[in-house]
Amino acid sequence: MGGYGAYVWTCFAMTVVVFVICEWRARLRQRRVYRDIEVRIKALGDTQ
Amino acid sequence: MIPWFVVPGLFLVAYGAYAGLFVAPMDYQQGDAFRIIYVHVPSAYLSMMTYMIMATSAGIGLIWRIKLAHAVAAAAAPIGAWFTFLALATGSIWGKPMWGTWWEWGDPRLTSELIMLFLYFGYMALRGAIDDTAKADKSSAVLALVGAVNVPIIHFSVEWWSSLHQGPTLVRKGGPAMDTAMLYPLLAMILGFTFLFGALLLRRVRAEVLYRERRTRWVREMILSKGT
Repeated sequence: MGGYGAYVWTCFAMTVVVFVICEWRARLRQRRVYRDIEVRIKALGDTQ
Repeated sequence: MIPWFVVPGLFLVAYGAYAGLFVAPMDYQQGDAFRIIYVHVPSAYLSMMTYMIMATSAGIGLIWRIKLAHAVAAAAAPIGAWFTFLALATGSIWGKPMWGTWWEWGDPRLTSELIMLFLYFGYMALRGAIDDTAKADKSSAVLALVGAVNVPIIHFSVEWWSSLHQGPTLVRKGGPAMDTAMLYPLLAMILGFTFLFGALLLRRVRAEVLYRERRTRWVREMILSKGT
């Protein structure tokens, strides 16, 4: 990389990390919403 | 539907990254450092495109009171913030060997992009600060619409003012200022990033809609049918 390897590879690595974080955060949010709704359903079932 | 975005996205990004890193010839002025363009330009493009999606959706939600539009705007904001951060970080890393500095406060492109990151933060903070979803939708939509003024400023900043940042490479009179061996991997990366963004947005919109509709019968039935 002609002496620029550290700069170039750091940028590509950061990009991978950002994509992984975005995907992980989106899945986490989805799981939390599902769990929240399941708890709500269970609570409704207990009261009925 | 998400795999329809992920598969072509990964394929395009894999091709673009390989061709950009190992096949494209090095730049006669910047040497191999120019290869940062293959992640910097797609992330900068996505940061602006995401803001436009967010502002347009927020505007549609505000004018026509479509709840789905507000959900799209809310889902787009965190993704946009991450790609704005990535554009700023990769730009800063590129700037160090080329300009001799990580950051230049007087530069209009850098500063306007940083303002966009703060607009994303402001949008998300405003949403988080208001418990009532309808009120949060309205207030944050106004902020998103006002902030949209910044997008053309970012795009044209290198033409309107004197800037350390190089001028337009792709969208300019007379066509792209790149050889096709450099250009095709870049276009593949931009398209690949867009596909992957689509997958991320769909996943977040799905969660956002479910959260907003969590008290409705159809969501209860859907969750129960998945659980059984």
